[in-house]
Formats: sequence, C-alpha cells, structure tokens
Amino acid sequence: MCALAHVLEEAGIVTVVLASMRAVAERMNVPRVLYCEFPLGRPLGMPDNAKFQHGVLAAAFELLDASSGPVLVDYPEVVEAVETPLACALPPRFDPDIAPSIDEAQGLRAAYDRAVARRGATEVGRAIDADGVAGALADLERVAAGEHWKEVYGPRLDTIAIAHDIRAYYQEAALELVGGPIPGARQAEAWFYEETEAGKTLAAARDALTEQEAPGGITFYMQPVGR
Amino acid sequence: MSSDQVMRDMMATLPVPEFESTPWASPPPMAEATVAIVTSAGLHRADQDRFDGRGDVSYRMLDRGDRELILGHWSSNFDRAAYVSDHNVVYPIDRLEELAAAGTIGAVAPRHVAFAGNQPDTVSEVRLDTGPAAAAELRADGVDVAILTPV
Repeated sequence: MCALAHVLEEAGIVTVVLASMRAVAERMNVPRVLYCEFPLGRPLGMPDNAKFQHGVLAAAFELLDASSGPVLVDYPEVVEAVETPLACALPPRFDPDIAPSIDEAQGLRAAYDRAVARRGATEVGRAIDADGVAGALADLERVAAGEHWKEVYGPRLDTIAIAHDIRAYYQEAALELVGGPIPGARQAEAWFYEETEAGKTLAAARDALTEQEAPGGITFYMQPVGR
Repeated sequence: MSSDQVMRDMMATLPVPEFESTPWASPPPMAEATVAIVTSAGLHRADQDRFDGRGDVSYRMLDRGDRELILGHWSSNFDRAAYVSDHNVVYPIDRLEELAAAGTIGAVAPRHVAFAGNQPDTVSEVRLDTGPAAAAELRADGVDVAILTPV
C-alpha cells in the first residue's frame, strides 16, 4: 500500500494512505499517511457506521492541506478487535452416520443460501463452492485421521483456498443467523475456530499436515496466526 | 495479546522496500478534485479473474457502479465479517458518492483500482510495471486524488 502511494504520487496523483501498520508506514517515506489503529480488515474502522467512516475520510482529506511531506498523523480514535466468540447457535446433530463437521455444515446451508441471496455475492468459491463444502470437510477428516495428504489430494495441495472457502461459508451463514449489529472484528473468526466442528476439523488437519511436513506455507496460511 | 497486535509486531520486524525520497504532487481544491479508491484488498467482480495466492502483482479496474465485490486478498489474518456486511468499511465508495453529492469533492472517479496486498517482498513489479500502469489508467480518467485502503 505504501509502495503504491509512491508510484501513484510520482505519476501525479495525490495520495493519502489509511495505514494499518504504523511501523511499516513510518519507515517508507510515504507522502501522506493517516495511521488508523482499527482492527485489521476494517480500514474505515466501523461497518454500518457512515458517520464514523466520514470522520476517517475527512481526517484523511485534511492531510491534503500540507505543503510538504512525509506527513504521518494518528487518527485520534482507536477501535479494538473483540476476541470473544460470536454467540451463534449451531445446528443440532442430525445424521449420526456422517462426521459431525459435515452434519453441521449441511445444517447451516439454508442460512448460507439466505445470506447469499440477500447480498447477491459470496466469498466462497476460491477452490470450492457451497456444494463442495461437505466433500472438502470429508477430505480434511481423512487427513486429520492420519491419511497422507497425497493419498487424499493427489499431487496438488490447495488447502489454503479450501480453508478460506469453508470459513467463509460458515461466517456468512453465522452473520445471517445472528442478525442485528455486525459483530466485533475477530468474533466470527473466534466462533469458527473455537466453537464449530468444522473449525476443529480444520485445526486437526492443519496439525496433521504439519506433521507430514506438507509443502511450506500451506499449513501456516490455513489459520490465522496464534491459532 | 490480540491477533492484530501479533500481526503488527510481526510486520514491524520485517524489512520494507527502500524509498529514499518522498514524491509530492499538489492537489486541486477538494471541491474540484476527482477522487479514486485504490485498495490492496484484492477486490474483484465475479466476472473478473481471481487473484492467485502466490504474490499476484496484477490489478483489477473496478467500475464506479460495482458493488458486492469479492475480497480476494489471501491472508487469513484479518477480519472479513465486516466487509461482507458493509463493503464501505474497506471500499468506501458510497461515502465518496455522498461527498460528491454534497459538493465536498468534485467527482467520484469512473474507475477504481484493486491490488492484492500479499505481494512479493521487493514489490519490484508493482513499482516498475503494474503500479505505473494502474496510475496511468487513473490519470486517463482524470483522477487527482487517491485514497488508499489496506486490509
């Protein structure tokens, strides 16, 4: 982002970066930076809050009054992430003959479909679509149970994208089920990894892949740091 | 320690690309400025190519009327729940439309730009190739000011 500011400014476009990493921005001689200590993934600070977002934009545009740079100003208001899990009920066990994660994922399908219909878009689809979630969880269950990843997936391991899609499916369903105000940053993540069977399956598969010394980077990006 | 703090502490220890000087362009009065959003969230329309996860240096041009774009950045280390509920928290296009309607800014740019922030460490391609190409497209549209939003 800071490198792009250099490129754009050199081309004659006046830039303001809403930086989320102060320690990066302050080392890069960027023309104008508004450092915003907001949850990562929320550079305008608060969703569904036009007034707050306008406040951030106004502060950013104020930096255009400076006559020389670099300029780095801290936005005065800090927004913290919330790491307690979202309070979203999970479907009861329905089919005892299939793995709990698959049973659970299928139980969330109606809520997921409503979410997609409401938004007109979905984040699921990097490697699989919603119809592929059950099969993807079945594969992860096999890996978690000790099968070698090459036996499950063949030569190409795409579990970062698969993990993204499963998590997106769950989060979109959960936001639909909970309704009301948008939860704090990281709450949906905490719910997925701490409360759901799919989250636990993903964690177990990640650990198994690590033990099998799957290609570098694959396991790291399957889950957020610290999980 | 919060996950965000872990990420901030980690990024603080990494080397950054070196820029010895600070380029400087001068803006027109805000009420006359055409403003674009440039984001590193990897946003794209469903009909555009996805960003790949191995340091994709390409960019997507987004039309002013596009909404409900897909968030294509590959990192698992930021909140995505807010974006799917309100795209403005990453891509404040509706806020810009309101500022233009109020006369605070001159115009909303006809096109906006998305890169994916998961870049090779040197960012050489963005500096020398795709970044200048995106800038030229914005200049061709008459863009004066860009607001840059990361995730």
